Amino acid sequence: MLHINCPWCGPRSEVEFEWGGEAHLRRPGPHTDVTSEEWAHYLFYRNNPKGKETERWVHRHGCGQWFNIERDTVTHTITRTYKMTDPIPQTEEANND
Amino acid sequence: MRRDYSTLSLIRHGLSDQKKWRPAWRNAAPQKSYDMVIIGGGGHGLATAYYLAKQHGVKSIAVLEKGWIGGGNTGRNTTLIRSNYFFPESAKLYDFSLSLYEGLSKELNYNIMFSQRGMWTTAHDRHSLELVRRSTNAMLLNGVDAEFHSGDEIRKRIPLLNDNPRYPILGGVLQKRAGTARHDAVAWGYARGADAYGVDIIQGCEVVGLKIQKGRVQGVQTTRGNIKTGKVGIAVAGNTTVLANMAGFRVPVVSHALQAFVSEPVKPILNTVLLSSATGVYVSQSDKGELVLGSVLDLYGSYAQRGNLPTFESSAAGLIELFPSFSRMRFLRQWAGIVDIVHDSSPIVGKTPVEGLYINCGWGTGGFKAIPAGGYCLADTMVKDQPHPLVAPFDLERFETGALIDEAAGAAIAH
Repeated sequence: MLHINCPWCGPRSEVEFEWGGEAHLRRPGPHTDVTSEEWAHYLFYRNNPKGKETERWVHRHGCGQWFNIERDTVTHTITRTYKMTDPIPQTEEANND
Repeated sequence: MRRDYSTLSLIRHGLSDQKKWRPAWRNAAPQKSYDMVIIGGGGHGLATAYYLAKQHGVKSIAVLEKGWIGGGNTGRNTTLIRSNYFFPESAKLYDFSLSLYEGLSKELNYNIMFSQRGMWTTAHDRHSLELVRRSTNAMLLNGVDAEFHSGDEIRKRIPLLNDNPRYPILGGVLQKRAGTARHDAVAWGYARGADAYGVDIIQGCEVVGLKIQKGRVQGVQTTRGNIKTGKVGIAVAGNTTVLANMAGFRVPVVSHALQAFVSEPVKPILNTVLLSSATGVYVSQSDKGELVLGSVLDLYGSYAQRGNLPTFESSAAGLIELFPSFSRMRFLRQWAGIVDIVHDSSPIVGKTPVEGLYINCGWGTGGFKAIPAGGYCLADTMVKDQPHPLVAPFDLERFETGALIDEAAGAAIAH
């Protein structure tokens, strides 16, 4: 069972939350300049990494707020949670540099 | 040469105390080069190698498997085989697979224990009843066998169903040709068949890189050395993204864990397969007497081959809602496979942006039933360098053209 640290409510059990997929997706635009390929990548293609991923979650049965999580898809270890408006976190390797 | 199993061979080996059986396939070591290489020694990969050798006479083929054959999703599913899909493209493909399954034990001279015990998809409210009726009509229009029955009739045929359910069954569709098979036997049968044609099945050999020059595949790099080849087929389900990234392109796939559960064995109590649309649970009883069941995906991305407890709990709750008499059964085993979920819940089979590189993925929660067709069509596609007509609609381009085959919304089944 995952223990997720909601930025507003603190640590809660995973059953209170819902996964929202990859975080930091940007809608391409202006729409008149967007090719079919770019739309396909925005809508359907995902990084789906084996390892660390940044993803959106919502505290569905709690405060109802969306926020971001950095989680490892193999171990399910959560390395940080942060607000929707926060920038993409640098990876640990980058921090060590 | 394949040495066929027969009654006579059983007697002969019985006389020698069963000590002279030969291994069903060789545990081959990698050679320097092959005409074609298949990455992934699951059902789809082994079937591809088998049909490449048998239908197309390809002489030099290797199947590379990082673990052991059939140890991924082929050994981690609920062994259901069905073709109850909504769109004509899907129905054609899955029904072709079902028809290959019907002759597979004979074709492979290997008993895959395909038991066409029928499968029910039940509706528990007015709206899903309409969907089930629509699904029945679609199946009949697609030439797939389907029978609509009332809730009373279903309760008569499956006497153990809950007498006082919270979500009563209002009706359901039966596909009589659907059923279950021995999952390991499908992998082993194809492996034995392929081996007899000279295919090298190489276990414990993980692909760590692909050699690509001027947009053409030249070979693969593995933990057991480099292999030269002109054509590579990828059939790695939940790990498709990892392999695609090695080749320098992305795929519209998200990997999830899908769990299955097996109970202690009991006497025969359930002679069919039941999929309940209200609870998402599907359950059957194996020949050994165990209940085999599954339900929904673990609802976040995962590459861990283990499931989470909340999904286990909701599956158990769904099962008990259907069959309260199972409430005190103990569960023996639980496992998860990493499935490749695509937005429209339809597979991706065909060419890739790299020449000589082909993929077979995106079967999501239902790859096992598609093994014979997936292998057959990928083999054909690799040899002719153009998609087999059955999989032509299931290409990567559909995500750009918008020609999705949206079984996620179409088929009245759990995903």
